[in-house]
This record gives sequence, C-alpha cells and structure tokens, in this order.
Amino acid sequence: MSSTKAATTTPAVEMSGITITFPGVRALDGVDLTLRPGEVHALMGENGAGKSTLIKALTGVHTVDSGRIVVGGEEVRIGGPSDAQAAGIRTVYQEVNLCGNLSVAENVMLGHEPRKGPFIDRRAMRREAARYLARLGVDIDPVSSLSAHSIAVQQLCAIARATVVDPKVLVLDEPTSSLQRAEVEQLFDVVRGLRDSGVAVLFVSHFLDQVYEISDRMTVLRNGRLVGTYLTADLPRLELVSQMIGRSGDELAGLEEGARARARVAHDDDVPLVTAVGLGKDGRIEPFDLEMFPGEVVGLAGLLGSGRTELARLLTGADTPDTGSLSLDGSPVRLTDPLTALRAGIAFASEDRKKEGIIGDLTVRENIALAVQAVRGVWRPVPRRELDELVERYMAALGVHPADPDMLVRNLSGGNQQKVLLARWLATSPRLLVLDEPTRGIDVGAKAEIQKLVADLAADGMAVLFVSSELEEVLRVSQRVEVLRDRVIVEQIVNGPDVTPATVLASIARETPGPSPATPVPTGRARQNHGGTP
Amino acid sequence: MSSPTTRPPGRPGTVGRVVHHRLFWPVVALVLLLLACGLRSPGFLTVSVQDGHLFGQLVDILRFSATPMLLGLGMALVIATGGIDLSVGAVMAISLAVSLTYLDASPTAGAVPTVAAAIGVALAVAVVIGTFNGFLVSVLGVQPFIATMILMVAGRGIAMLITQGQITTVTSEPFKFLGSGFVLGLPTPVVVAAVVLVLLVLLVRGSALGMLLESVGINREASRLAGVPSRRITWLVYVVAALLAGVAGIVYGAPTMAADANNIGLMKEMDAILCVVLGGTTLAGGKFYLGGTVVGALILSTIERAVVIFHVPSQITPLFKALVIIAVCVAQSPRLREMIRSGVPGRSGRAAGPPTPAPTPAPAPTVEKVL
Repeated sequence: MSSTKAATTTPAVEMSGITITFPGVRALDGVDLTLRPGEVHALMGENGAGKSTLIKALTGVHTVDSGRIVVGGEEVRIGGPSDAQAAGIRTVYQEVNLCGNLSVAENVMLGHEPRKGPFIDRRAMRREAARYLARLGVDIDPVSSLSAHSIAVQQLCAIARATVVDPKVLVLDEPTSSLQRAEVEQLFDVVRGLRDSGVAVLFVSHFLDQVYEISDRMTVLRNGRLVGTYLTADLPRLELVSQMIGRSGDELAGLEEGARARARVAHDDDVPLVTAVGLGKDGRIEPFDLEMFPGEVVGLAGLLGSGRTELARLLTGADTPDTGSLSLDGSPVRLTDPLTALRAGIAFASEDRKKEGIIGDLTVRENIALAVQAVRGVWRPVPRRELDELVERYMAALGVHPADPDMLVRNLSGGNQQKVLLARWLATSPRLLVLDEPTRGIDVGAKAEIQKLVADLAADGMAVLFVSSELEEVLRVSQRVEVLRDRVIVEQIVNGPDVTPATVLASIARETPGPSPATPVPTGRARQNHGGTP
Repeated sequence: MSSPTTRPPGRPGTVGRVVHHRLFWPVVALVLLLLACGLRSPGFLTVSVQDGHLFGQLVDILRFSATPMLLGLGMALVIATGGIDLSVGAVMAISLAVSLTYLDASPTAGAVPTVAAAIGVALAVAVVIGTFNGFLVSVLGVQPFIATMILMVAGRGIAMLITQGQITTVTSEPFKFLGSGFVLGLPTPVVVAAVVLVLLVLLVRGSALGMLLESVGINREASRLAGVPSRRITWLVYVVAALLAGVAGIVYGAPTMAADANNIGLMKEMDAILCVVLGGTTLAGGKFYLGGTVVGALILSTIERAVVIFHVPSQITPLFKALVIIAVCVAQSPRLREMIRSGVPGRSGRAAGPPTPAPTPAPAPTVEKVL
C-alpha cells in the first residue's frame, strides 16, 4: 500500500549472503534480506528455518561468518547490540525483556535518561516517557511499576522504548503472541503509524492472519536458506504455507499414495477413552472439545504457535486447564499434575527432548525407569531383576543403540534419546499416549520406526495423540486430524483416500472469517463461541 | 566375535579408571596430608590400645570428622536437589540447647531414659525446623539460600531463648558418653556417624529416593513431567538434613555438656558444604556422593590436625586450609582434566577469534605502468 513510493529510495537495510555457522550446524546459508523505508516486511518460516538467527545477525547478538550488512547505504559491521543501536536498529523481542520492578518511565527511558548534571532529571524523564507513550496511544501513569500492567501494555512500553532513539529499522519478533485480539489491533495501528513515518518494520509472527493484515512484503526462509521475497498481495496463503514447509500441495499429494492410515476402528457404541469438553487455558489455547477412542490415532495439525503443544499439555496434566472438563471412560477426572495423569494411564512425551525429556546425567536404565518408578512411589523401588527385564525389553523393541543400559543418556544421539523416552512412557503401559513432535530432529530411519511403532500400539488398543509439523507424517499415522489455527480447533478431517496434505494445508491456511478467531467453524460439531471477541 | 585384545574406545584401563575416579584426588590429598603429618610428627600414625579403647591422632581425626560428616551427609542430599541448607550450624545449637535444657530441668539427669527423652525432644525440634525449611523451599518456592538463612540467623536467637541467655551446663554421664565414650573400642561419635551413614545409604540407595532426587536436581521440569513428586522429595531432604544436624549438635556438644548458643556449630554449615564439594558433588545439583562426602569430612579434620602439627601460626590457619581445599578442587576440575587429557591448553566453547571478515573486495587490478 504505502510502500509503493519507497521502492525507488535507498533500502533501509540490505543484508546479502549472510552465513552463520554454529558448531555442527549451518544456521543460515547465504540469505539475503532487503528492508525498505516505510514498509512492513514479514519474515516467514517454520521453526528452525533461521528467522531468529537472521534477526540476531541484524541486531548484533550473533556475528556473521560471511555476508554484508548495509544500513542506509553504508556497509556496517555489527559486532554487538550497541553497534546495531548506533545504526538505528531497534528490536522488540518475543518475551518482554524489560525490568518489571522499575517504573514505566524508567523502562521506557532506560539508557537515555535526561540528565541534570550528573543526576537523572526524574521529572523530565517522566515527561519524556509520557510523550513517547502518548505517540503510541498509551495513556498510563509513567510512575507506576511496569509489572502492574498487562503483558500487552508492557509490550507497548517495549515498543515505546524502541522509538526513543528515532529508529530507522524496528524489528518486532513475535510481538503478538501474548496479546488479545483488541490489543493486536492497537499494536498494528502503532506499527502503521511508524511505517508511515518512514520506519522499516521487520515483523515476525506465526499468525498468518496477522501477517497478511499488516505486511507489505514478505521474505520466506526454509532450513537456513532463502526461499524468496514476495509482495504480500501476490502470494496466496496456500502458496506461502507450502513455501515454508517446502512441498507444493500437488507434490505432497503424490507422496501420500500407499502410506494410508489403516481403516478406522468401528466405535459407534463405545464409550470414548478420553472426552474433553470446553477444555482451555487463558492465553494458551481456546476451549476445545475432543473425543478419543481406544485404538485410535488422532493427529494434530497446525502451524507452530497454533496451540498444538498447549492442547497436548492440557490433556496430560502438564498444565492445568482454566475451563472445561475431562473424562476418562465416561467418568470425570481432574489431572492436577503429570503424576495423576500417569496413574490414570496418560503419558506425555514433550517436544522439548532436552529440557522436558531426558535426565542427561542419568543412565539409559534410570531414564527408562523414571516414570514407572514415580508411579510406584519413592519407597517401592522396582526390583532389580524386573527393572532389567523391562529395560531390556524396551531397548530391544525400540532398537536403542548402543544397547548399553549403563550409558549416560546425554551421550546418545537424538534419535536414540527419543527412543529411550518412548521406552520410558511405554513402560508405564499407558492407555493414552500423547506424542508431541516425536520425530523432530531425528534421522529418517528412526522416524519410520517410530511411525510404525505408533501404528502397532494403536493396533494393540492404545489411543495415540500424534502432534507433528510434518503433514505427511500426521496423515500417514492418523485416522483423524484435528486442525488448529490461532489456538482454536478449526476443523476435523477424517482421514481417507481423498485426504492429502494439500487438504490439510488448505484448512490451515484458510482465512478466518471475521475479526474474532473464535467463530463457528466448519467441523459440523457444535462449538460455543468462547470469548475472545474484542 | 569381539577380539579380547581391543578395548572399546573411551574405556580406560584399570589404572585409568582409578586415576579418573572422582574420588582419586580427594583420597590422594587425604593420604598425602596424613603422610606429611606422619613425617613431621613420628608418633602421628601410631594407634595404641588402652583399656580396650583405641587412642592416637588418627582416632582423634575420626572423632572430629563425625560432626562435619553428619552435617555433610544431609547437605549432600540437599545439594543434590539443587538447594543448600545454611541453617545446619544453628540447628546444632538449638538441638544441644533443647536437650541440655531438658536435662537441666529434670531431677534424674543421670538416668538413661531421661537422656533418651532429651535426645528425642531435641531431634523432634530439629525435624520441625527441617519441615519449616522444606516448606519454604518446596511449597512457597523461596530460594533455598534465603529460606535457610532465615534460621541460620534466627536459629541462634531461638537457642538463646531456650537457654535463657545462659550457657546451660549439666552433668549427665549417659549424655557425656555420646561425646567422649567408646563403643567397641571406637569413640562414640565415630560409631554414631557410621551408623547414620549406613542407615542413610540404605534409605537413599535401597529405595528409589536417590535416583529420584538426582533426577530432580538434574532436570526438575523433565522429572515433573515424568511424574516424580519433586516437591515432596525436596521437602524431605531438608527434614533429613536438619535431623542429621540435630544429631551432630548432640554429638558435638556432649563432651563439654555446655549449651553455648552463640558458638556451638558456628560456621559449621560452611564445613558441611566443603565436605560435599570435596567429595565430588557439584553445587549445581544432580549426582551426589555420600562416600565422597565422608572423604571430604576426613580431609577437613586432617587439615585441622595438620595445622597444629606443622605449628602453622594461628593467623594464617584459614589460609592454609583454603590452599589445601583449592588444590583438591582444582585437581577435580573437569575442564582441567579435559585439558590434561587432550594435551592442549584449554579453549572453551566456540572459537573466540573474530569472524571471517566479509568478502574482501577483489584486489585492485594492477595497472601496467608505462615506464
């Protein structure tokens, strides 16, 4: 829209051939990015595509191994955050990184306090801070403590802070992930104002609706490489999503043949194993309904940040819901923590293997035994022989390599760590197994083994909730796919011969009608309109 | 299948296993200290038997190790969960004050049942204190350092309240026996510490407590998701630590039978932490070593003896202690070991050098100069 006139002027930032290597990983490989003054530029890509790394190269957190960064026509070397600030680049990070115990004024003016001699002129500081806040339409008392305000207001304070030194470039990294709909609107008004005053805004978000609403152009990354830069108006959503994932809809469809999930179990009269009604948690996932039957594999599809993990955590006691109820075999249960869930036969394998999975300094044997032992209680240790049998059985069944139960688990490869974790959960003989990204970052062979295992477990009567970013995989193992978008289950797709990744992609990318994310959805199942309306 | 001559890579031989054992350097330090003392003072290493009791410098070292060992064993469990307990010294004072005040008020202070009751009350008070510490840390989420500092400071005040500001002194033979008597030829404190050690090892390694508390210390969130009751476990270790501190207070104060609330157990929490660290347990939590802690306590009391034997001037005694401790800790440093093993001066993490500069412009074309 307003960017058309900017096309001829000098770019605000021109990054070319940016390459950054971490030990063992090439995080960015020859990526180009051009930001023009007076545009909102969206940086798109899946998790691990290199968005954060690119931003951190621009803001001086990472130094580039090779490549050029030209700001305002001059080549600069950004060796640290102060260099970036000197070049007029300001950043607002995903998590508000301000000081909650300082006042609003102190936060906004931090590092740029007006002085009177050697002392801070507090009155001038408050006045200045109020001025910058007013520019963003924020009317709060600058003396009040920052932590007294909502996350949204804090986020706006962070943006006000970024505008204290007239920025040429403003980087917004997932600024809306903690905001409500109305607050997003407020933020977007501010962003448009900044854009119209000639600031180049780099906008990163997983919310496609928002990206399409605010951005003029977008640059897509995948696996550390540049896919392309497009005018937002010229790139349909479906196209964008397949660019991010790296498969065209047709290509995905081609891959699908022969990898069909097995026929559904007939369960018309059965009592569902799990029934969730209106289960939800504020700011994490909107209330949702879900039914799962024994022997059923249900896939969860959606982009990162769409609420997949949050849903999984509510079902498994990892988080406690604010609303709704959960029943097992038709009788209500309250899962207050993971232990009650495990006792009820629900196991949860987190997507974050390192932080929420393995106990690195314990052995493979101890890692496998952990959940079983926790269920038995501290004072009833699993007898040594029983433990050895258990460990041996699951290590053999899952093909953990090397087959040494006394090895420290942190010395295993990622795929084998994942198998050890699966062994830990399977050893508890769960009735519902929730797998969040069980195949992320592991090699193809292990991936196929895990997919096969899921099918086998379901054939034995276990219910499996399978969460994955890879649509082929979700469709290969699931009989039913719940599609999530913007923290809402928007559609339920029953897997069948005519369902292809393109079908699911279309559902993920479909534009949400109306401003509220919680509108009636074409699932055919009743859903109340759960709040969230501006 | 596998040839017997080849060793799997990364598995050192017997010598290597001994040298790389985490207790190797602490034990070496202990032996060296003892030998040095033996050379300096010829009678040091001799143990004599009088009236069926063992006597000698080595026996004294064992006796003085009992207190830091009892404190250190409890501290090791607390540290394994990623916490710390600064209140153990004050708990010693409270426990002694409670038991002596009880005896003081009793007309039958010399009777064994009275002494048993006095110890029971003192240990019960210690358990209450541990419960309080554990509540602050595990339920309210107060940082362990601060939570236990409350009682480190206030505990002495409580002990003063109990003794009403006096140094309570009592005469009670059975009680005194706990500090200066002999059982099977060994000083009672040594026997008490040994019994506690055995019971604790049975409790921790016989149940799943040891593994679960290491798991909590290594990765609390992953443990929670695996169903480990990390709150209850954390709570429990503070109770155990306080209980052991209560025992330590009684054993420590029994020989003199004077409840000096201001000085009993002063700075003993630091000794306890030192024993744990000398024994190879890191303050970051996770893996803990009870055996190592025992060695740590032995080193600590040997140093105190060595100070006397070498006539180290009292002003620089702390310096001497510090040097020995630093030497052991440096020898245990994993980074140092890594450096020695690879034979390369250490360079941690990523190369610190400047990144390759941006592609330099092609060299200016050489202009053929016309001469």
